[in-house]
Amino acid sequence: MASKRMNMIQALNSALDVTMSRDEDVLVFGEDVGYFGGVFRVTEKLQEKHGLQRCFDAPLTEGGIIGAAIGMGAYGLRPVPEIQFADYILPAYDQLVSEAARLRYRSNGEFWAPITVRTPYGGGIFGGQTHSQSPEAIFAHVTGLKVVIPSNPYDAKGLLISSIECDDPVVFLEPKRLYNGPFYGRPDEELKTWANSDHVGADVPEGHYDVPLGRASIVREGTEATVLAYGTMVHVAEAGIADSGVDAELIDLRSIVPLDIDAITASVRKTGRCIILHEASRYAGFGGELSALVQERCFDYLRAPIARVCGYDMPYPHAFEWDYFPGPVRLSEALKSAVEYR
Amino acid sequence: MPDSNLSRSNLPPLSLYIPEPPARPGEEVSFEHVDRGEPGAVRRPDSAETEKEMRDLPYKLIRVLDDDGNAVGPWNPMLGADTLIKGLRAMMLTRVFDDRLFRAHRQGKTSFYMKSTGEEAISAAQSLALDKGDMFFPTYRALAWLHARNYPLTTLCNQIFSNAEDPLAGKQLPILMSARDYDFYSISGNLGVRFAHAVGWGMASAYKGGRNISLGYVGDGTTAEGDFHEAMTFAGVFKAPTILCITNNQWAISSFAGFAQAEQTPFAAKALAYGMPGLKVDGNDFLAVWGATQWAAERARTNNGPTLIEFYTYRAEGHSTSDDPTKYRPKDEASKWPLGDPVERLKDHLIGLGEWDEDRHAALVEELKEKVRVAVKEAEKIGTLGQSKPPIDEMFEDVFEEMDWRLKEQKRELLHRRGLDGKKG
Repeated sequence: MASKRMNMIQALNSALDVTMSRDEDVLVFGEDVGYFGGVFRVTEKLQEKHGLQRCFDAPLTEGGIIGAAIGMGAYGLRPVPEIQFADYILPAYDQLVSEAARLRYRSNGEFWAPITVRTPYGGGIFGGQTHSQSPEAIFAHVTGLKVVIPSNPYDAKGLLISSIECDDPVVFLEPKRLYNGPFYGRPDEELKTWANSDHVGADVPEGHYDVPLGRASIVREGTEATVLAYGTMVHVAEAGIADSGVDAELIDLRSIVPLDIDAITASVRKTGRCIILHEASRYAGFGGELSALVQERCFDYLRAPIARVCGYDMPYPHAFEWDYFPGPVRLSEALKSAVEYR
Repeated sequence: MPDSNLSRSNLPPLSLYIPEPPARPGEEVSFEHVDRGEPGAVRRPDSAETEKEMRDLPYKLIRVLDDDGNAVGPWNPMLGADTLIKGLRAMMLTRVFDDRLFRAHRQGKTSFYMKSTGEEAISAAQSLALDKGDMFFPTYRALAWLHARNYPLTTLCNQIFSNAEDPLAGKQLPILMSARDYDFYSISGNLGVRFAHAVGWGMASAYKGGRNISLGYVGDGTTAEGDFHEAMTFAGVFKAPTILCITNNQWAISSFAGFAQAEQTPFAAKALAYGMPGLKVDGNDFLAVWGATQWAAERARTNNGPTLIEFYTYRAEGHSTSDDPTKYRPKDEASKWPLGDPVERLKDHLIGLGEWDEDRHAALVEELKEKVRVAVKEAEKIGTLGQSKPPIDEMFEDVFEEMDWRLKEQKRELLHRRGLDGKKG
């Protein structure tokens, strides 16, 4: 299959285009996604190509968008609604938690909602507290929802295709800091676009392929510690590992529900140390679950306490973005102290 | 607290308004606020009429049956006697079933029950008036839909008893049914959330060029939820082929409809702001319900978009098995509802037509009681709550399309704990 260098926006757009071309039951709608093509351009030209009825603007009602999507899903369509920022998804939380996640269970399999809710999340863009949050844990906690977070254009396209084709409801969190290029957590460094980076994940096949949900990717093999990360933090982890000089294994979880527990367990049993990195604030964050799972399954193999490197427990502070952001320095320190632990 | 605006000192002080129902327990029932209007008096525009020509409609009560049981006026759907008897039977079956299963709750055979008493005409008429394949997004007071379509009573009892043959495999609270083959969408306990599902379902039908429409319910209290307004906005914007209904039964548990703004404006009038027709219909009048539903269905099927219908009715019993209505409203309020009882009214109409009589009515009551008794007995043989359960493996099914490792591990753990490894439970 022919491939080309794509940024994450183009890769996501391609995933939507490919699935819409293959299946007329795939519909895209949300605020500003139609004629304008979305505030981040992910749905650009989809309306022009696939028609007004297949990619259209929605009223500014997140609850209504997800509620209508569930009804369409129950009918038999595969709606892919967009919530403009993950920070704005909360009015739809009841629809996702009480309805999308439970419809199949409570109806004993009579009805289900194969919806994929795309939404940009995460900080590092000076978005302040209403354009920067990472709400993955509040969805991961809700059984019945799948939660997918890509870290590069190749995965973004393949995972989005898998999500759309999956019959369970999926919350698809797009790390907006990575839309245009990889980001290593050093805001003063000159930024690379995906095109001019040498990242292999920017080579994206133009046609249909999938990246299965629930399968982590080992970004870097190592022997001394395991770093668990997803989304933007995968790149930050690469930088932090390089800084630390520790031979760490880096696992990109890619989806946190379903979670690739086997990859995590195998790695930590091998390395004996585990550092969890996420941008969301720490307390009751998804890192807590990861930490518990690792402890339950790898206790006898651990040579140092499991550590979490996370955002601090506060709303995303605008002027202090880079103080809040768990950058490579903090990861590097955590890695070094894990290795030095006696 | 800030209160320093001395320049306004010549005005009387502000006072906070808290709505109160006309009567509480021990007080004289008052329905002075109910404007019954005249049966047959409300005009029936063409169903393709533009919305702006119909803005008078929400303020008048559409009635067909008058106090003597005659069917009058333009909303009369002119149904044959067979259909009327079918409707009467569905309503009566609902009532008999409710009484029997409410008693079963008192006897500890189930954990929960909710009656539809007084509101049977609404979903019975709509079940019969709409087409096979039109999807109903019900509330929990709409079992008459299933009874009108002869849903197997034993199966329904099995669900209510959460026994081994429960069609929902013990996963959902009693009567929060799902019956796809009967066009009955899965109910959840959360209010209003499925109103937008009805809209989305209708939009999907329109997108696919289908012929079916959707029907959604909320109660009067739920119109205060954001979900109501979200769904109405979506329905209005996309002209969804859907009928959105408010079953205004005057009470949301113990909160009278005044807490949802019934004192200020009819619920039907909420349609105006969303650019769709609003009908206020006597919900205790089987013929008016049918006539209005048929009109709205015709409008939806011809791409003229959604209609909001307020069914004006009265919840004659408590909210559920968990409340005692005499604690918050006069004991005799139900019997004084100025629009009567839906079963009695349709019965009187049929008698007036010469198609029914007291003996046949009494015989039908007995027949239905026996039918329900037999169904309950059958279900009891399988087991009531706690005596019999669906297979334990079912507990882990349908969380996802396929179980993930967590559920597989948890299932293994539970089966092990019960000594059921590998065996069906």
